Amino acid sequence: MQFKSEILTNVELSPCYFRMRITASPGILDSKAGQFAMVRVNDAIDPLLRRPFGIYDIGSSKTPYTDCGSQTYMEILYKVVGKGTAMLAELKAGDKLDVIAPLGKGFDFGDVKSEKILVGGGIGLAPLYLLAKKLADSHTVRLFAGGRNKDDILCITEFERLGVETYVATDDGTLGDQGLVTQVMMKHLASVTSPKQIFACGPMPMLKAVAGIAKEMKVSCQVSMEAYMACGMGACLGCVIKGIKHKPEQPDYRCVCKDGPVFNAKELLWE
Amino acid sequence: MGKINTSVEIAGIKLRNPVMTASGTFGYGSEFSGYMNLESIGAIVTKGLSLHPKAGNSTPRIFETPGGMLNAIGLQNVGIDAFIQDKVPFLRTINTPVIVNLYGNSLEEYGELAARIDTVPEVAGIEVNISCPNVKHGGIVFGTDPKAAAAVTSLVRKNSKKPIIVKLSPNVTDVTVIAKACVDAGADSLSLINTITGMAIDLKNHRPVLANVTGGLSGPAIKPIALRMVWQVAKAVKVPLIGIGGIMNATDALEFILAGATAIQVGTASFLNPSAAEDIAKGIEIWLSENGVKDIRELIGALKV
Ligand SMILES: Cc1cc2nc3c(=O)[nH]c(=O)nc-3n(C[C@H](O)[C@H](O)[C@H](O)COP(=O)(O)OP(=O)(O)OC[C@H]3O[C@@H](n4cnc5c(N)ncnc54)[C@H](O)[C@@H]3O)c2cc1C
Ligand SMILES: Cc1cc2nc3c(=O)[nH]c(=O)nc-3n(C[C@H](O)[C@H](O)[C@H](O)COP(=O)(O)O)c2cc1C
Ligand code: FES
Repeated sequence: MQFKSEILTNVELSPCYFRMRITASPGILDSKAGQFAMVRVNDAIDPLLRRPFGIYDIGSSKTPYTDCGSQTYMEILYKVVGKGTAMLAELKAGDKLDVIAPLGKGFDFGDVKSEKILVGGGIGLAPLYLLAKKLADSHTVRLFAGGRNKDDILCITEFERLGVETYVATDDGTLGDQGLVTQVMMKHLASVTSPKQIFACGPMPMLKAVAGIAKEMKVSCQVSMEAYMACGMGACLGCVIKGIKHKPEQPDYRCVCKDGPVFNAKELLWE
Repeated sequence: MGKINTSVEIAGIKLRNPVMTASGTFGYGSEFSGYMNLESIGAIVTKGLSLHPKAGNSTPRIFETPGGMLNAIGLQNVGIDAFIQDKVPFLRTINTPVIVNLYGNSLEEYGELAARIDTVPEVAGIEVNISCPNVKHGGIVFGTDPKAAAAVTSLVRKNSKKPIIVKLSPNVTDVTVIAKACVDAGADSLSLINTITGMAIDLKNHRPVLANVTGGLSGPAIKPIALRMVWQVAKAVKVPLIGIGGIMNATDALEFILAGATAIQVGTASFLNPSAAEDIAKGIEIWLSENGVKDIRELIGALKV
């Protein structure tokens, strides 16, 4: 669904990382964890295309802006990496955005009573919060968050407030263990024998490592992928990634926007 | 004030208004049904179809440029058989003419495609994409050689009774030469322009950004070139033209009509605004009424030079 939205808050969490809350149509409350939004950062033609962002949180709140009592909202977490995100960072409460959400397929957690292992690298944490929120009441949920340094580790206390056990690793050791988050995760996996399920989002090398560990340890694993997008709705075919059956003579391409962004790690070709 | 006429006719296909969707930017129609009324526009043009399903190019396939985007999708599509089986049933329920965009890797493929689609009653017309390489003849793009463009057009003409629109490539020295060749070979209408070949470079890695190295530029950045080509072709041929290239709003659309287009197609704009085609159709009607124009046809080619 497409809606005009108003920015409620746009806060810098740490250098280059922002959290934005915007008004949303009530239909946003049906979003699944892992789905995303296509945001038009301005009405001009530069940047031309919408930018995709994972849905961090959704909800309703009483706000002074409306007289009807409650206002549905959506939140995104974003990192400033280029033109579009730099423009987003300049926006203030009251500014307007055009948003299409929720899009794509979210995480599929069925009703299996397994322990849920969430792995987020940097801004890849974004779609995991809504997942944790949906799972925390009924499951043991653990979050493994990684980054280069402490500034890359976001919103950990929010996860803890849900009752999620958190583990942090940074390359330089400025927060949590020094090293790769995948190593911390592997240590945990090896220490428990109960059924587990992994959900991961983050940079490609991290996802590849997580998928490899999951395969080796025979743990089911879903990953949220990224690709350049133009339309976000399966029309341009610009956002494809390779499926497991991919061969040059018999290609197997999947649309990140429509078939994903969440995929079973087993379905993808990890090159 | 009497009712305003927005309807136009292209090669015998009656359009309720001059707004069509551009091939490759609107999927097979159903993708957009949740965002706009598919019965508010003149016609739907499908993603380019080939004889066999095609997987397309490696990634990255798209890249944004100032006011535009490059794409090298590589014509990924489900193929003509799957289109007829899986996509036509939905399109049949929509009361809007469907135009099928076809492309072949050889002359024979175009001929076979035209014959296949001729048997599908739901298809109102054929748009022939000639901006693709002839694999059998050293990869020369059909649309850049007047003889090859004419050969494709006359074979499609021979194999199909449906209205034929030939979609011109802008990657030529003189677009009017190809335009005339296609009309002489039997094209009922011409649409222009397809994307303009371009490229982008990643300085840091010393590499092209797109896996395919080059890609087609579309969006507002190409509008001035598209307008110029429509204007040139309008002076050179008598058949109705369909203007394409960077149309974002009703003003852009009307400019193409002044330059000589009878209808227009909305491409990249649908990516940033999925209801762009409907919005443009409405915007045209509003403009006509505000400016006291009773019939859109009064504006076709009405440019004062
Ligand atoms: C499904 C999905 C969900 C996403 N969720 C989030 C999120 O929750 N928070 C967040 O901060 N970012 C997220 N991203 C990435 C985000 O869309 C890009 O960072 C953003 O589009 C960059 O825009 P820009 O104009 O600032 O950068 P540009 O100027 O366009 O590019 C700057 C740099 O970012 C890279 N980049 C651009 N677009 C993408 C992309 N789609 N994927 C990966 N790299 C890209 C380019 O390679 C370039 O180096 C998500 C991407 C996808 C596909
Ligand atoms: C992602 C993408 C895919 C396209 N695929 C096709 C295609 O399959 N066949 C075709 O004839 N043109 C194709 N085109 C070209 C468009 O139909 C149109 O001619 C071009 O984009 C210029 O219009 P615009 O600036 O409004 O987008 C494609 C364009 C884009 C951006
Ligand atoms: S972004 Fe257009 S098909 Fe996925």
